[in-house]
Amino acid sequence: MAVVDQSKIRNFCIVAHIDHGKSTLADRIIEKTGLLTSREMQAQVLDNMDLERERGITIKAQTVRTVYQAKDGQEYIFNLIDTPGHVDFNYEVSRSLAACDGAILVVDAAQGIEAQTLANVYLALDHDLDVFPVINKIDLPSADPERVKNEIEDVIGIEAQDAPLISAKNGIGIEEVLEAIVEKIPAPTGCADNPLQALIFDSVYDSYKGVIVFCRIMEGRISKGTQAKMMATGATAEVVEVGYFGAGQFIPCDELSAGMVGYFTASIKNVKDTAVGDTVTDLKHPCAEPLPGYKKVNSMVYCGMYPADGAKYPDLRDALEKLQLNDASLNYEPETSIALGFGFRCGFLGLLHLEIIQERLEREYNLDLVTTAPGVIYRVHKTNGEMIELTNPSNLPDPSEIDYMEEPIVSAEIMVTTEFIGPIMQLCQERRGRYISTEYIEATRALLKYDLPLNEIIYDFFDALKSRSRGYASFDYEMKGYEESKLVKLDILINKEEVDALSFIVHADSAYERGRRMCEKLKDEIPRHLFEIPIQAAVGGKVIARETVRAMRKDVLAKCYGGDITRKKKLLEKQKEGKKRMRQVGNVEIPQSAFMSVLKLDEN
Amino acid sequence: MRELSLYVHIPFCMQKCRYCDFLSYKASEQDKKEYVELLLKEIEQQAPFYAEHQVISVFFGGGTPSVLDEKVIEKILCKLKKSFSFVANPEITIEVNPGTVTEEKLQIYFAAGINRLSIGLQSANDEELRCLGRIHDYQTFLETYELARKSGFRNINIDLMSAIPGQSEQSYRETLSKVLALQPEHISAYSLILEEGTWFFDHQKELDFPTEDEDRILYELTGQMLSDKGYHRYEISNYAREGYECLHNKVYWKRGDYLGLGLGAASMVEEVRFSNKDTMEEYREMIDNCAGKQNSRTCFRENIEYLTREEQMEEFMFLGLRLTQGVSRQEFEHKFGVNIEEIYGEVLTKLQQEGLLLTDEYIRLTPYGMDISNYVMSQFLLN
Repeated sequence: MAVVDQSKIRNFCIVAHIDHGKSTLADRIIEKTGLLTSREMQAQVLDNMDLERERGITIKAQTVRTVYQAKDGQEYIFNLIDTPGHVDFNYEVSRSLAACDGAILVVDAAQGIEAQTLANVYLALDHDLDVFPVINKIDLPSADPERVKNEIEDVIGIEAQDAPLISAKNGIGIEEVLEAIVEKIPAPTGCADNPLQALIFDSVYDSYKGVIVFCRIMEGRISKGTQAKMMATGATAEVVEVGYFGAGQFIPCDELSAGMVGYFTASIKNVKDTAVGDTVTDLKHPCAEPLPGYKKVNSMVYCGMYPADGAKYPDLRDALEKLQLNDASLNYEPETSIALGFGFRCGFLGLLHLEIIQERLEREYNLDLVTTAPGVIYRVHKTNGEMIELTNPSNLPDPSEIDYMEEPIVSAEIMVTTEFIGPIMQLCQERRGRYISTEYIEATRALLKYDLPLNEIIYDFFDALKSRSRGYASFDYEMKGYEESKLVKLDILINKEEVDALSFIVHADSAYERGRRMCEKLKDEIPRHLFEIPIQAAVGGKVIARETVRAMRKDVLAKCYGGDITRKKKLLEKQKEGKKRMRQVGNVEIPQSAFMSVLKLDEN
Repeated sequence: MRELSLYVHIPFCMQKCRYCDFLSYKASEQDKKEYVELLLKEIEQQAPFYAEHQVISVFFGGGTPSVLDEKVIEKILCKLKKSFSFVANPEITIEVNPGTVTEEKLQIYFAAGINRLSIGLQSANDEELRCLGRIHDYQTFLETYELARKSGFRNINIDLMSAIPGQSEQSYRETLSKVLALQPEHISAYSLILEEGTWFFDHQKELDFPTEDEDRILYELTGQMLSDKGYHRYEISNYAREGYECLHNKVYWKRGDYLGLGLGAASMVEEVRFSNKDTMEEYREMIDNCAGKQNSRTCFRENIEYLTREEQMEEFMFLGLRLTQGVSRQEFEHKFGVNIEEIYGEVLTKLQQEGLLLTDEYIRLTPYGMDISNYVMSQFLLN
């Protein structure tokens, strides 16, 4: 591959709503372009983390290069850049899109356009990508391709009449898609003789090679020996290897030049140096300015993570360190809780990101974790003019020092069939949403726009949305900014002692309800002791709800029959073992499950 | 000579009670016959390993041993007496259920040397008996009891149960009064426990179990009414008139040697715990395989646990505490060569402060300690 004809390169991605068949279509494209035999195909080649496959979503952007023999007799290089499909990873999505020249929009022939479809298409159009639609799942009995075509034209405003009608699952219409890629997606532009300007759209850490940087070369060229400079972070390193992406492997080559998508390594030790969205240039011949659109990704959701077994603290630290090598958006710093001991306050892009990290810690690192209620970052304006960003409720200053507080607000778009508009509006109302507008997409579907406090949607908003719309509503959001809000810290006292790990920030109007439900939940979770245990919820020292765990009156007077002492001993051991998994707060033993249960207050 | 107690398991019943999770089932006459043959073989094969022991008690438990033909029990007892050496006046108990015995049966038991009868009454209220899935009513029990006295039994235990679904304080009080009027020598009184795998466990949502408070009232009533009538509580669930404590029962708590014979029976001999195979096929196979292997007693032992010194200490405590007399500090030191304070000092202090233990020369549960004995006992597990 000495000389690459730029006109024969197609850099594109696939955008779709979750479950509309993005990964399956990607598989088919890879399969049909023939670089892989069917035998090499795993079910879904692009999603190569187990977790991703199980959840059916793509967490890390992946990319693959294949060669397509088109009907015009020419060979084309396809760089298919996969994008994460969840709102938590919006910024990563936007950087992946920026690495493309066009996008395939996959729409489910039965379900039509969803909120996420819209969000992703608009994002693609914002990046000036040429978007062409394909209608997937046409073999479903409920498929209605004509309606969906009209919907695409009406709502998004792109030509859809000649959209390929396909079934990615059954391999119908894939050829048509491949030809459309050649015809409809523009070849890259850019000149190999200009100074190097490359966009980083992802990176992974490899223990042998250091950070492997995924990039799109916009201008210039990069090869072994290039002194690479990351313009935003300022890091520099000498390039050791460049190459492109085979399916599931890295294939080294001599050079990457303008228009190409590939990777380079430069013995970089930390993914923080190669931030997504940063521009790589040549230290010796730098480009005039970086590519637009870089921003530092900030954590939106925080929670405390503690090892269930206090002795595993160093293991947790090591595991977080390792995960962070590959995930620049994961933040953590040590913290101490009176109830939970030594642990970390961790920052995430969103709740899904949090759950993924938690599961990876538990599965890949075999850690048993106790997590505290996730919260957002509040801005606390103190009377002395100082402003602090609060990630841990325990650090809230004394109320007398607080002038006012602000909380993050998101702009949310909810796509819903008209019959569920009522329940969904009610839900948004309950979550302190501010109504913006309703747009009718078609006679039976509408797009609701609301401004919502982030802390109202991080727990279970998505589940509530689904259950109140019988699964028909879809949802997307982006950060809007901070607004002043009447916030209070809700404390939980168990046997008159405040349990720091259970404190959280809540809107004053929800404090009572929330406190009451927490007390009820904790009452069920805390085992009976030899004495009565009051469980109280308090705001600013004033108790607003109370439950009582009654004193233990009897445990089992088992008939110990026929001298089967072994069985009796097992019972006692179980009882004692249960105690070991408890956390001591004052003279009360609290099971770890209690800390987690308060995260699920709405499950009833 | 070391003392030995024998437990003989008869895993058969007319029907399974709804609360019962013991190893018992309804069997055909053929099955019973075959089982008894295996049991007789086991006795013959096992006995030589206990030549240095002298039997102080025998307990026929089940199941319902009285569902077997009385001649069969006589035969088993005969075999035991022929195979093991016995003290002069061993305590020999058989469990019977009302309605499964006749005067003749009881007379044969008595003549064979059985001197203690344990009758499963559970309740004197017919409604409650039906609820439990018992095969008898109160009247049938009365007849059985009278027959037993008539046949010569001077040591009778009656099993009672509280916390039965639908049971009221009034009905339980009546049960206790009726039973006390009969003046049995011994009463076992248990709170019903839901055990997994029982009919009650699977249907608990439909059943009207007493609340915890109601249960406590019944429980306290037991202690009060029985002690008023001169019954001494010598173990958490057992009450006896002067001189009628169950010797066999106390062997378990005092960690004497006992050998379990028959399907699934548990044993402890010289600080080794083990049990028999608990399915009929395996049990049969074991008896067949062990025939002739006179030198290997492990051939008969399943789930063998060689108790470490620590485990012995644990058991010494949590079993000993079931007896109201408690455990003796002196005996602990004598047995283990170490002062109990060195091992359990902290636990003893804590439990005493919590109002669960009384300690002087003996260490014993307070009434509240008895209520939550599992908690107290679990504290004595080491590690």
